[in-house]
Amino acid sequence: MSGAILIVGANACGQATASGLREGGFDGEIVLVGDEKVAPYERPVLSKEYLQGTRDLERSFLRPGAWYEEQGIDARFGTRVEALDVTSKSAVLDGGDQIGWSQVMLATGIRNRTLDVPGAGSSGIHYLRDVADADRIRSDIEASRRAVVVGMGFIGAEVAASLRTSGIEVTVVEPLETALHRVLGSEFGHVIEGLHAEHGVDMRFGEGVSAFESRPDGCVAAVVTSSGDSIPCDFAVVGIGTIPNTELAEVAGIDHENGILVDAQLHTDAPDVWAGGDVANHDHPLFGRMRVEHFDNAIKMGATAARNMLGAGEVFDDPHWFWSDQYDCSIQMAGHAPEPDEVVIRGEVSSRDFAAFFLVDGVLRQVLGINRPRDVRRSLGLIRSQVSPDPVALSDPDTDLRSLSG
Amino acid sequence: MAEFITVGMAGEVPAGEMKTFEINGYAVTVANIDGEFRAFQDECTHQTCSLGEGDIEGSNVICVCHNAEFDIRTGEPQSGPATVAVPVFEVRLEGDDIQVAL
Repeated sequence: MSGAILIVGANACGQATASGLREGGFDGEIVLVGDEKVAPYERPVLSKEYLQGTRDLERSFLRPGAWYEEQGIDARFGTRVEALDVTSKSAVLDGGDQIGWSQVMLATGIRNRTLDVPGAGSSGIHYLRDVADADRIRSDIEASRRAVVVGMGFIGAEVAASLRTSGIEVTVVEPLETALHRVLGSEFGHVIEGLHAEHGVDMRFGEGVSAFESRPDGCVAAVVTSSGDSIPCDFAVVGIGTIPNTELAEVAGIDHENGILVDAQLHTDAPDVWAGGDVANHDHPLFGRMRVEHFDNAIKMGATAARNMLGAGEVFDDPHWFWSDQYDCSIQMAGHAPEPDEVVIRGEVSSRDFAAFFLVDGVLRQVLGINRPRDVRRSLGLIRSQVSPDPVALSDPDTDLRSLSG
Repeated sequence: MAEFITVGMAGEVPAGEMKTFEINGYAVTVANIDGEFRAFQDECTHQTCSLGEGDIEGSNVICVCHNAEFDIRTGEPQSGPATVAVPVFEVRLEGDDIQVAL
């Protein structure tokens, strides 16, 4: 094989791809390009430990800075790929450099959806995606007393927890009926709502944002809700969803719809072009077509894409494990079952110490663990092998889940 | 050469299982991989969770907090978010006693 392997996206997925290529014995040229100025780091800490000031960037890098040179990886941080040509197999970088490639990995990630309401341009209205965003929120935490968090999905809920932990008064505005509703549904969403209520978060559900009021200096002063309430604040953090960064693929003529479309092996419809991580809309062998935005998925897709670039022909069938730490509560989930016909509980929902198993036609498709990480871990193999466990055994905390593998 | 300290009995750590012991306030986890004992620092190098509350798969220990995975023969991270090796220690059986050298 001749020509460089180009990786677009110096993030968890891109780094895992580069690492996987070297581990797989590829000794050719690897070019890793990303628009952030720093080396790939653990993004999940930004809403949690990093925001709380208990973890710095230095300890969050996925590999030490020297690793890229040691591995002979041509790392171009702070650089954008402007154009990709899948016919001539070349790419143009924002500095004008042209790169010929034999294969390319698109790990272009996602960006935040923004609120388009009056006053949205006020200063002190933050979104959280990268370390620069987190630094701006941190400096406001130090100088402020109260904040409004808009949206109570995972980012909003984690930010709310981090702000409370940092001593900030927090009001949340969320249009749906409870916390994490889209992912956890009503019953389990209310469990997380209870957690935040105990930590003193004022939550306004069923409310959107209609405007921001600002002070004479242009800084946000209040969030106006759809029902007309004005909630005073010193700053606001908005987490209302994301948009996949598909523009580069679109212009290159690569198939896309809610992300870059890839087959089970992470290949796009263009020859030698692969995609992974948050931007990839993947044809999952168990769950059907879906796009997920999780750290673990990003690194696993990177590793699989690397092996497939080297000819492994591997189907990506990982059950999409992810975590969210809020206060002292561990929330973990894996699998996908938007419409389960049975939910089996193991442990106690009221004491936030339980696992919920979601069955479809008797087959275990999804697990949620609240302070039950080991149960979630031990369910991964069960989900992957599509077992139909006995619900009674599943609900018994004394059953070793590994014994249910059939 | 570090001194071997008895931490517990072999019967406390069945095959495929782990148990965490304290030696002078420092938590060490001993794993039994098909009869072979391995000892390593209990605290995960990623975010300080207890590896002993995790799982053993093959010769790897998995931290169930954030899926960091280490080869417990070498301590080297294998996958997941951890980038720093977990310290591993010599371990031996003296009769039924598990002994670890810190």
